[in-house]
Amino acid sequence: MNAIADTQPETSILELPAERTKLEVRNLNFFYGGKQALQDVSARFAGNAVTALIGPSGCGKSTLLRILNRIYSLYPGQRAEGQVLLDGEDVLAPSVNVAALRARIGMVFQKPTPFPMSIFDNVAYGVRLYEKLGKTELAERVETSLRRAALWDEVKDKLRESGLSLSGGQQQRLCVARGIAVKPEVLLLDEPASALDPISTARLEETISELKRDYTIVIVTHNMGQAARLSDHTGFMYLGQLVEYGETEQLFTSPVTSRARDYITGRFG
Amino acid sequence: MEHTLSAIDEDLALLTREVTDLGEAAVTQVRAAVDVFLRHDVDAAATVVAGDAALDQQDIEIEKRAIRFIALRQPMADDLRRPIAAMKMAMQLERCGDLAKNVAKRVAVMEGKPGAAEAKAVGELGALACDRLATVVDAFRREDAQGAMEVWVKDTEVDARHDEVLRGILTGMSADPSTISVSTHLLFIAKNLERIGDHATNIAELVFYQLTGADLADRPKL
Repeated sequence: MNAIADTQPETSILELPAERTKLEVRNLNFFYGGKQALQDVSARFAGNAVTALIGPSGCGKSTLLRILNRIYSLYPGQRAEGQVLLDGEDVLAPSVNVAALRARIGMVFQKPTPFPMSIFDNVAYGVRLYEKLGKTELAERVETSLRRAALWDEVKDKLRESGLSLSGGQQQRLCVARGIAVKPEVLLLDEPASALDPISTARLEETISELKRDYTIVIVTHNMGQAARLSDHTGFMYLGQLVEYGETEQLFTSPVTSRARDYITGRFG
Repeated sequence: MEHTLSAIDEDLALLTREVTDLGEAAVTQVRAAVDVFLRHDVDAAATVVAGDAALDQQDIEIEKRAIRFIALRQPMADDLRRPIAAMKMAMQLERCGDLAKNVAKRVAVMEGKPGAAEAKAVGELGALACDRLATVVDAFRREDAQGAMEVWVKDTEVDARHDEVLRGILTGMSADPSTISVSTHLLFIAKNLERIGDHATNIAELVFYQLTGADLADRPKL
């Protein structure tokens, strides 16, 4: 190789302007007991955009996602240091009402997690917790949410059937509907398509693309094609560090760091 | 670092080899065309003309291989830039072959030999363009971004030499109108050679893009 191609930085982090920032992490460190899983991660995530986090297993991408809505705090021995700012307000502050926070920052997990109740109630459940809606309004909210999750046409005639009766792909879109029914501002998706077939995956990706008009979406995925198709910005993580974070187009055509390049071209380890 | 899936390295190595082969074939054709022009060898000119078909076929094969690589390997980053650059370089090299063929064709149809001074000047322009092409093909083979950039920076030299040659031919034509028929062929031959220089510059941009992801066209030339 030659001098021109060899001048590569160790890390490269997008500097998003403050007015486009919805969510920001500052000097974030995270510990599972004595083991440090995140090292001084700082990044700004754009509003009304999809941010993808990629990296090999154990790199800290799911950990980062789990900090953003403090879901980690359900587990003993897990500890975060640093700041997570939602519209400039630190969500890690002890004074924050965690239940209210999770209504603002929704999450969809890797495996579909429908409640053992009807399709309708799966979506209505969270709404009933946070809002007092009339019967008609609630039905409207459920329908809108199912439509936005691209599931309505498939379930509109069987809303009283169990959510568990749906296929894996439908269950995952049901979870998306449930997540957006409470009108969160941010939607976190942890490998939401890893258990889905290609058609269900395409539908879910279409749903996510539609949703970004109203939400800030952060998605963890092992599927680099998915990150490339869906996201506006992509962060590559490795060994608990955010190594390269930038425009998705840049990262997948001309990554700046050699570690990101080696990973996305399949030259790792 | 090698790819975890070693077949990707094999595919890329093959693609690089095929583009290099086409590049060397194009250089050979251009050099031969300039040579038959200087020697005014009509028989050898026919061989150069016939030789172009092989380059067309190589271009087609490279395009097929690049498309197949993109479809089956779903490459990213520099792995993606390589088949894209290979396809575009093959197209440029194939065009250089066409231009060499055009030069050879004119040697066959020229009525009489051109004046020695004009022929020498056109021959030098040809040698310069051929040198640019050979250098950039070599930079590609050696993955040398700096070398590609040097070819790109010197792009104006071929243009300047072409302008000089053009003025010389036009002066000769006005001094002796009986040379107009032969000199008209000379004008076209010079233009063809100048175009080969342009293709060498385009290839330099592609080599640089493939290796660095950056666009030379965005940079000032000095």
